[in-house]
Amino acid sequence: MIKIEKRNDVPMALYFFTPFIAIILTILGGGIIFYILGFNPIEALKFYFITPISNLYGFSELLLKATPLCLIAIGLSFCFKSNNWNIGAEGQLTFGAIVGGGVALLFYNQEGFYILPLVILAGAIGGMIFALIPAILKTYFNTNEILVSLMLVYVSKLLLDYLVVGPWSNPEGFNFPETRQFSDSSRMPLLFEGLRIHAGIFLALAAVMLSWFILYKTYLGFQIKVSGLSLKTAKYAGFKGKTMILVVFMISGACAGLAGVGEITGPIGQLHRMISPDYGFTAIIVAFLGRLNPFGIIFASLVVALTYLGAETAQIFLQIPKYTGQVFQGMILFFLLASDYLLFFKVKILNLKKNELRH
Amino acid sequence: MYKNFFRYLISAIFLLGFSVNSNADFKVGFVYVGPTGDHGWTFQHHEGRNAVEAAGIKTTFVESVPEGADAERVIRQLAQSGHDLIFTTSFGYMDPTNKVAKDFPNVKFEHATGYKREHSNVSTYSARFYEGRTLLGHIAGKMTKTNTIGYIASFPIPEVIRGINAMTLAAQKVNPNIKTKIVWVFTWYDPGKEAEAAQALIDQGADVIMQHTDSTAPVQTAEKAGVWSFGQASDMQRFAPKSILTSIIDDWAPYYVERAIAARDGTWKQQDTWHGLKEGMVAMGPYNSAMGADLVKEVEQLQKDLASGKVHSFTGPIYDQKGNILVAEGKVADDGMLAGMSVYVKGVEGDIPK
Repeated sequence: MIKIEKRNDVPMALYFFTPFIAIILTILGGGIIFYILGFNPIEALKFYFITPISNLYGFSELLLKATPLCLIAIGLSFCFKSNNWNIGAEGQLTFGAIVGGGVALLFYNQEGFYILPLVILAGAIGGMIFALIPAILKTYFNTNEILVSLMLVYVSKLLLDYLVVGPWSNPEGFNFPETRQFSDSSRMPLLFEGLRIHAGIFLALAAVMLSWFILYKTYLGFQIKVSGLSLKTAKYAGFKGKTMILVVFMISGACAGLAGVGEITGPIGQLHRMISPDYGFTAIIVAFLGRLNPFGIIFASLVVALTYLGAETAQIFLQIPKYTGQVFQGMILFFLLASDYLLFFKVKILNLKKNELRH
Repeated sequence: MYKNFFRYLISAIFLLGFSVNSNADFKVGFVYVGPTGDHGWTFQHHEGRNAVEAAGIKTTFVESVPEGADAERVIRQLAQSGHDLIFTTSFGYMDPTNKVAKDFPNVKFEHATGYKREHSNVSTYSARFYEGRTLLGHIAGKMTKTNTIGYIASFPIPEVIRGINAMTLAAQKVNPNIKTKIVWVFTWYDPGKEAEAAQALIDQGADVIMQHTDSTAPVQTAEKAGVWSFGQASDMQRFAPKSILTSIIDDWAPYYVERAIAARDGTWKQQDTWHGLKEGMVAMGPYNSAMGADLVKEVEQLQKDLASGKVHSFTGPIYDQKGNILVAEGKVADDGMLAGMSVYVKGVEGDIPK
């Protein structure tokens, strides 16, 4: 008979160490999958995890890919820490990109140092407003935020579809579903010539710093953490639950909106239907892999970004199907959850005699 | 100072890419927008790649590359890792292809269905799919009992509108009472949406269905409902053996082999290719015997005439929906007009979404 018991003393060090165990297990699991598929596992793993970042260009692409993941996950950590399950970051990203992109199109062919900050601000506000919808519905009408935020993803994607096909489509673009290329005045400045890494990475780093400050040095952060640990305690302490829910959703939405606006003013340079390969959903894995800790999230976003790049490199050099990237992301989450389970619970195998069962 | 340092470093990285190019064996790279098993658009490009491989040239492909920020990295990685010729097989790769081409003047690029050739090492190519639509229109006009043809359309771009018009004109020629009903699905590949659209058209009385999308869902829906249908991009007969009358097949293989050999032998030149039935880039699947021997004969003759140029899909007089003349009697539409086509011809129902 198997008995599962809660552990009372989980060492903090081990709590932050298990993500590494999950990553190691993922790499081992990946090696086994490659072996079964008929590839040399060592060679495949090398193309997966080392080749993509073996030169400056590759490393810059890793940072480029990690930037939106990091930003969104930082925002999500506020929600998740306080027991608010915002699953719709992808929608907030899309809506932020729509609002920011709208401002960029408004200033098409105009010069001015103020344009880019306006575009970025518009993106953050767009994401924030879109995240407020599930938050308000949750606080005042008791709806389930998981469902509402998830369904709103489709709303924002369809709105984007409508805009790029219809009113915002490029007048010289033969009706192709895309807007004009934004003017340089609303593009993120590139950090190095010839590389795509752009100033958006500073937004991500600022978000990391700010979130660390808010979570660990302010009263709001304290409220968030207490609510996450025990809603009853939070209520007993007299925290205003509704305001806090609204605030964490606003922070989360603003971060996702910034990620969206960073993509369209950075590497993409226009609005079209494919502005995000589901960064908003992948960032959920990033947030948990990073233990909802700001610095952990930086690390986790780099690891998950590498699974995207690795999948491309492995297909180019070894013709390994590109979907292994998703398998890797799934394995990371699986092993993390599994090791968490074993961390928090003891599994005892009891050898019981017949009469003992009667109790 | 640091800025200069990075500049040198970056050029060194790019130069490394070039040196690999000249030393290594000749290699061709392909970038696909969908999975190789979509049985439509990407499947056919993959068949083209297989033909290049069979011609003794090494190839690489990357599938399901989103048309967003990732495309540029994939194209650049192919260029850096010693590929000498790169086919980017979807419209959304247009800007990334031109951007990477600028940094790799020794690598040749071929972009499908686009119109930008910003550097001398970028060619574009597409097929005159509308010639196949003319044959479909002829068959549909003869086969329909309800005089209603259902058309599932993706995006209101000239290529799609051209197909709708070519089909309608050919159907009208054999059946003046024909009506074309259109459902816009705003996607290239979404089996669920495509199936719903097909069902909606069938419910509105269409007894012949065709689609300008990539999945096999419309033909399967038609098979279930017992109406006629056509395969798109590849021969889809096995998915709806009773319902499919024929398929328009995109045959990229001869073009890919020709361009790969040209690039290998140093005779590759920039060009804008638009091939049709004549060159074989557009081919037709087997004709369903349910059409009857006479109709098959007719269509085969029309296919020959389109290929030889004796018949043109857009021969005047052609009127728009309001009755204004688009192409005068005895004239044919030139390629410029075809490339920018953005109005329906008379007989198509509804408005182009704006």
